[in-house]
Amino acid sequence: MNIIVLIKQTFDTEEKIVLQNGIINEDGVNFIINPYDEYAIEEAIKLREEHGGEVTVITFGPERSENALRTALAMGADKAVIVDSEDLDFDEYSTAKILAAVIKDREFDIILAGNVGVDYGSGQVGPRLAEELGIPQVITITNLVIEGNNAVIERDVEGDKEKIQVTLPVLVTAQQGLNEPRYPSLPGIMKAKKKPIECLELDDLDFEDDVERKTVVTQTFFPQKKAAGRILNGDLKDQVSELASLLRNEAKVI
Amino acid sequence: MRKVLVLTETKEKKLRGVSQEVLTAAQRIAEGGEIIAVAIGSDATHYAHLLGIYGANKVYIVGNNELDVYTTDAYTQALQQVIDEVQPEAILLPHTAIGKDLAPRLAARLRLGLVSDVIDVQIEDGEVIFTRPIYSGKAFEKKKVVSGIPFATVRPNNIPVKENKVPVEIVRYPVEIKDLRTIVQDVVRKTAGGVDLSEAKIIISGGRGVKSVDGFKPLLELAKVLGGAVGASRGACDAEYCDYSLQIGQTGKVVTPDLYIACGISGAIQHLAGMSNSKVVVAINKDPEAPIFQIADYGIVGDLFEVVPLLAEEFKKVLVNS
Repeated sequence: MNIIVLIKQTFDTEEKIVLQNGIINEDGVNFIINPYDEYAIEEAIKLREEHGGEVTVITFGPERSENALRTALAMGADKAVIVDSEDLDFDEYSTAKILAAVIKDREFDIILAGNVGVDYGSGQVGPRLAEELGIPQVITITNLVIEGNNAVIERDVEGDKEKIQVTLPVLVTAQQGLNEPRYPSLPGIMKAKKKPIECLELDDLDFEDDVERKTVVTQTFFPQKKAAGRILNGDLKDQVSELASLLRNEAKVI
Repeated sequence: MRKVLVLTETKEKKLRGVSQEVLTAAQRIAEGGEIIAVAIGSDATHYAHLLGIYGANKVYIVGNNELDVYTTDAYTQALQQVIDEVQPEAILLPHTAIGKDLAPRLAARLRLGLVSDVIDVQIEDGEVIFTRPIYSGKAFEKKKVVSGIPFATVRPNNIPVKENKVPVEIVRYPVEIKDLRTIVQDVVRKTAGGVDLSEAKIIISGGRGVKSVDGFKPLLELAKVLGGAVGASRGACDAEYCDYSLQIGQTGKVVTPDLYIACGISGAIQHLAGMSNSKVVVAINKDPEAPIFQIADYGIVGDLFEVVPLLAEEFKKVLVNS
């Protein structure tokens, strides 16, 4: 089974956001694999363990993203591809077009990705790519069973569970609860150093369409800081009735 | 003036609040232009006339029964056909389970840009400017579409609903649906009758301090009294006190209810990202140093197992007297 995983390197979720001249500053930031993409990697490795085949991890990002690919290889992926994003102002439209150009001539049975990036959180690239490749998509999946050419998938739909049947090839995006991503083992890390990473530039790809972005960011800013809150005092019963009254009469939310 | 197309949505046969919010956003973008709502599925006739209250001039009822259960293929085909017919100058969808799946697929098919998960839309110097959270609400960005028509998904609970009653023209518009590649075999409703987290006006949320599955009981009771939903921190989910579908935070759901009551949640930065843009935050925690108190509007330092049942009792009284 040929398995493709799309990943993105993101800020560690511990990081605070710092703006410099209106742009998010990356200095000193610790980067990780987008947590939802880790589920996708883990699921891909499990599929290969069960069905055989090969796991290819692909990212579109700046040079630093190679570290994320190395981690994925150390977890057990077989090979990796990075498309350098430094020379392009892009949006989700561009990213999907670029990934489609990378993937369209490769053999694949299933593509896995995270359902959303914890940075820009649009969740667009998976469904867009499925459309570009002309294959079905199933997003926010929490269970995946493949038998022959069929996948039976459970997905989270606003807390409900939907069971879906689909024929391969398919693109799926991972929701929390799909699995427990493994940590790279020491031998895994050693092996990863010898695994191939293919580095591509945009010029290496064939596009049938323009990849120019359709949307732009005009401003990045912080939410307004709230005034310090009030810690209630006194007997617990009094605090509780004071709180109820505050929520009703001052905050007017009850 | 812009002709704006919006998709409305129901849940358990009721018009979802986000449908009204999307129509309100459409009023802003239309600037007096025509607003066309799309109502999908065989029960669409029941609510189509209500959409005029929020400014819909026309409602396309796409009543095919293949659309009663959402599938990507059927909905994409349906909406594409309506869009071809209507030729809108802007498109808005709700940022719900359906919108998240459908909008990017449709955007790719129509070769359009898409701004996802917007919490505000304004016209600035004649341009449509969308505001959306990034890093789960640690920061915000403003975005505009520079090529093609504006297309966005609107996050529930953020745009204050504005009525603008207009006469509605109903257009019955059956579409052609074919070659569905996914089959929905079964739907297990875990949230039946309950309130969905993303649309809840009140959320009672539990953290590690809840200590067990049973520990969520007082929170559920309080949620019942207030008509709210129950959420959780990652700590509570990792400890298997509750299902991951309840998780609020940078991994998990991002919520913006009117009232968020955090019980036994210390307030890790990832959790704060998911809820700190709630309108009013109440923190209940034994540890007075817990970071959650720094972003809370009101705090009670105490044991949640004492405080939460007392609160439920108190609200019962308050609500009876109103």
